[in-house]
Amino acid sequence: MSQVARGKGRTGFITGFLILPLALYLTFVIWPYIQTFGYSFTNWSGQSPTFDFVGLENYSALMKDEVFRGALWHNLLLLVFVPTITILLALFFAFMVNAGGRSGAGGVRGVRGSAVYKIVYFFPQVLSLAILAVLFGAVYRSDTGGLLNGFLAKIGLVDPARPVEWLNQPNLVLWCLLLVVVWHGVGFYLVLFSAAMQSVPKDIYEAALLDGAGRAQTFLRVTLPLLWDSVQTSAVYLGIAAMDMFVLVSTMTSGQFGGGPDHHSEVMATVLMRNFLYFGKSGYACAMGVVMLVLTMILSVVTLRATRRERIEF
Amino acid sequence: MTTVIKAPGESAAERPGGDGRPKEAGRTGSEGVVLNVFSHGFLAVWAILIVLPLIWLALGSFKTDSQIGGSALSWPSNWHFDAFGRAWDKGIGGYFGHTLIVLAFSVPLTMLLGSMAAYVLARYPFRGNRIIYYFFVSGAMFPVFLALVPLFFMVKRLDMLNTYQGLILVYVAYSMPFTVFFMHSFFRTLPTAVHEAAVIDGASDTRIFFQVMLPMAKPGLISVGIFNVLGQWNQYILPSVLMQPQSGSDPERYMLTQGLIQLQYQMGYETDLPVLFAGVTIAMIPMLVVYLSFQRQIQAGLTSATLK
Repeated sequence: MSQVARGKGRTGFITGFLILPLALYLTFVIWPYIQTFGYSFTNWSGQSPTFDFVGLENYSALMKDEVFRGALWHNLLLLVFVPTITILLALFFAFMVNAGGRSGAGGVRGVRGSAVYKIVYFFPQVLSLAILAVLFGAVYRSDTGGLLNGFLAKIGLVDPARPVEWLNQPNLVLWCLLLVVVWHGVGFYLVLFSAAMQSVPKDIYEAALLDGAGRAQTFLRVTLPLLWDSVQTSAVYLGIAAMDMFVLVSTMTSGQFGGGPDHHSEVMATVLMRNFLYFGKSGYACAMGVVMLVLTMILSVVTLRATRRERIEF
Repeated sequence: MTTVIKAPGESAAERPGGDGRPKEAGRTGSEGVVLNVFSHGFLAVWAILIVLPLIWLALGSFKTDSQIGGSALSWPSNWHFDAFGRAWDKGIGGYFGHTLIVLAFSVPLTMLLGSMAAYVLARYPFRGNRIIYYFFVSGAMFPVFLALVPLFFMVKRLDMLNTYQGLILVYVAYSMPFTVFFMHSFFRTLPTAVHEAAVIDGASDTRIFFQVMLPMAKPGLISVGIFNVLGQWNQYILPSVLMQPQSGSDPERYMLTQGLIQLQYQMGYETDLPVLFAGVTIAMIPMLVVYLSFQRQIQAGLTSATLK
């Protein structure tokens, strides 16, 4: 077989293998993403086939939209608190599970039963957000039938006659949702950090131990710097999750596609869906999509830059 | 990450040595005892916080509706499974079936097309290779939301709203970034010698892929397969936009996640919450079984994919 013929066969093979995956991906993923930009400059309703080009009108309307601005603010709050709380908890637990136990004979190892903890903590990660929504809807019930109210009433912190309406309190609702996200995420990041901790050579820990480092010191001076890359990645992932929040908000809170009470739990995604499917303002919804995209990208770049440190090789 | 990219199988094999139980060697200092109690305390509290709501919810399926509304901490009064039966009849059975039908096609198709693309991109240098690879992988960065409005109209134009085939194709497309990314790194680690031997034996490229490379990539396929099952089974946003009956005569083909939310609204009005709790329990059990049987692969695979 000549080289040329071989080369030709290869091209055919490569094209043949790539054509279907690429075609599907282009049609259903890339092209819609690109179209979002185009539609965001129109007053398209989604129903009628005709629409006009309106330039930046949707974007300037967005700036004045109180509901959207509130939603943006909530997303930013979540953006700060979700990654911080989740990562701190996960780091703490990961350290306990992997290096918390310490026998008198020296050496750093996990506490007893660490494998079981890892299995249990990770479980929420495989549950769908729809299940979480129903589960926590029941936990946060506004009568003593809710797990939280029932428990707090039992220990006397809540008056059984006047239980807390967790998801109907303007000041509480967002934090209740935040707790669900943290509950869901900690296990995954614990496992992630554990894997990173285990790839750190044991002798680094032993050296720290010989130098008389306590647990806190070992953690701050040895573990954390070596894990910095994973922490960074996690912050980006959690930030992206905090920008979304659609499923939980739309199913757990009151209002069309959630956001209640009185827009106090509104996030950008719920405003987008309401404008698209309920108000029939597709062009306007697309503009929100673009704002979300830009913010997500800024977020990723800023997180990666702000947390950049000297890489430690080992 | 500075660590070498590991195949999921390897890191799983490493674990027993990595976090094995501490041997009872020597006495523990008094500082150690206090701290051990302290750390165990926190770990145990979080474990309870994870498990308790789930058990509480499952127990709710055995309560009566008034009991659920009354006191959260009451013990169920009847141990009959009738709420489960009613939940099944209320549609959970159907939702379960619809989800199974879609996944039966979407997961194998995702695996096949994803591996084909990943294989070519990982092992055949050609012009534009890197660009296509990044093109595929970049899709994982953006939330589905950004594409939602045009996607709806794209599927509508193809006349595939509220059809299984429409949702299958969309699932496959949206699973492509992760699958290509994961399998790409897997195919790169496979030895070239086997490939060369097969070439000398006169096997065609296609044949080498299906008969040599794909079987060798089995551990990777299993890991990524589990993620696709979990991801597609748990998907909510895509079906809630694409799987709504389009007219009165259009049959309802809700996925399980959609169905649960539907059931939540319905049971709120009909005041039959045990049915809702039973429905959620039914939806949770397959996930629990899959997770417990594959928890090593799931944990090892997810971390190796994320840490790169």
